Amino acid sequence: MSVEHSHGHDHDHAPPPDQDGPWSDYQYLETAVRELLIEKGIFSNDDVRRMIERMDSRSPARGAQVVAKAWSDPAFKDRLLADGRGAVEELGIDIEPVRLIVVENTAAEHNMVVCTLCSCYPRNLLGLPPDWYKARAYRSRAVREPRAVLAEFGTELPDGVAVRVHDSTADMRYMVLPRRPDGSEGLGEAELADLVTRDSMIGVSLPKTPA
Amino acid sequence: MSDGTGGYHAHHDMGGEPAGPVDRSTHDYAFWEKRVDALMVLLSAPERGLLRVDELRRGIESLGAYAYDRMSYYERWIASITNIMVEKGVLSQAEIDARIADLKARGVGRP
Amino acid sequence: MTARFEPGAAVRVRLDDPKGHCRTPHYCRGRSGVVERICGAFRDPEELAYGGEGLPKQPLYRVRFAQAELWPDYAGPAGDCVEIEIYEHWLEAAG
Repeated sequence: MSVEHSHGHDHDHAPPPDQDGPWSDYQYLETAVRELLIEKGIFSNDDVRRMIERMDSRSPARGAQVVAKAWSDPAFKDRLLADGRGAVEELGIDIEPVRLIVVENTAAEHNMVVCTLCSCYPRNLLGLPPDWYKARAYRSRAVREPRAVLAEFGTELPDGVAVRVHDSTADMRYMVLPRRPDGSEGLGEAELADLVTRDSMIGVSLPKTPA
Repeated sequence: MSDGTGGYHAHHDMGGEPAGPVDRSTHDYAFWEKRVDALMVLLSAPERGLLRVDELRRGIESLGAYAYDRMSYYERWIASITNIMVEKGVLSQAEIDARIADLKARGVGRP
Repeated sequence: MTARFEPGAAVRVRLDDPKGHCRTPHYCRGRSGVVERICGAFRDPEELAYGGEGLPKQPLYRVRFAQAELWPDYAGPAGDCVEIEIYEHWLEAAG
């Protein structure tokens, strides 16, 4: 199958893993390409497995750990805002080769991140992006009507808070440092991290408030 | 809307386009999707240098509007990766076609 | 690296419409903004996408645009903005 020739066919998306349907054209394509590259010695099956394990080990929990540290340690927060990767590496989190810019939400400013051209995302820190981050509605509208998009996520901001949208178009990746919630004063870093959601680090929502 | 480009822009360059509400439902990545992702990371690693992210993007963009209207995210990726591997002579279209035929003949991927 | 623009400089995105791979979104072309920071020097993705080396590296800027500059009908508060990474060859000085 060539990719060109498949265009006229009825499209069948890959079935979810709990279905026993037949493979899609693209699942065959992936398997063929992977097997051939392995046979040519370009990489090994083991390399593929290790890459997937590494991917699976990355999740928003890593970002939440960074946010909780920044909430607890003002000097760390300053370093995080000045040099994202350097500060994250202090916590033993390797995000190479990502160049990370951390943007801080304040009483006057709310930040949110989008990639209108594709799906740039700090995946080495937060794991793979949610589907909506890669889809047309979010990519199209986040730069033009950010407040309407935020409202769809249940995030209503007063007019006095400026909305600053970051279109992640080139070599930088962005993480939002949310505001520390009211009522979280006595909490330790682990409890604080539990308040930090993936969406709050993309900037479409606010962190949870303490129970 | 005037954007200084006479109204023309490529399909993937969608900032500011009208669109419906954000669908917040998500799916767990299937294993084959993670494998596509792994192929990209492995091919682009410095020790191999066979694929740049810029080339991957260019390949996705050249799939055109079809890619966004009909293909899923990792379908776009594997289509682009394949085309660039063929373009660079790392793989040939004939050997890919033959391997797919072989997989199907062996009943791989059928319940 | 010698950067042509300093943080705070007023810049305008070139009005161009290349048919190939490009990382400058259409909606900011021809629009004016302010340099928020210099991100460093990077290879040109417009060449990297086709197998070129994209050298010499050139400065990459974050440029801040007022929403009303991008979308004249923007209904939100005047302080709302969009920031976009833009390579130097796409920028010119704005009055």
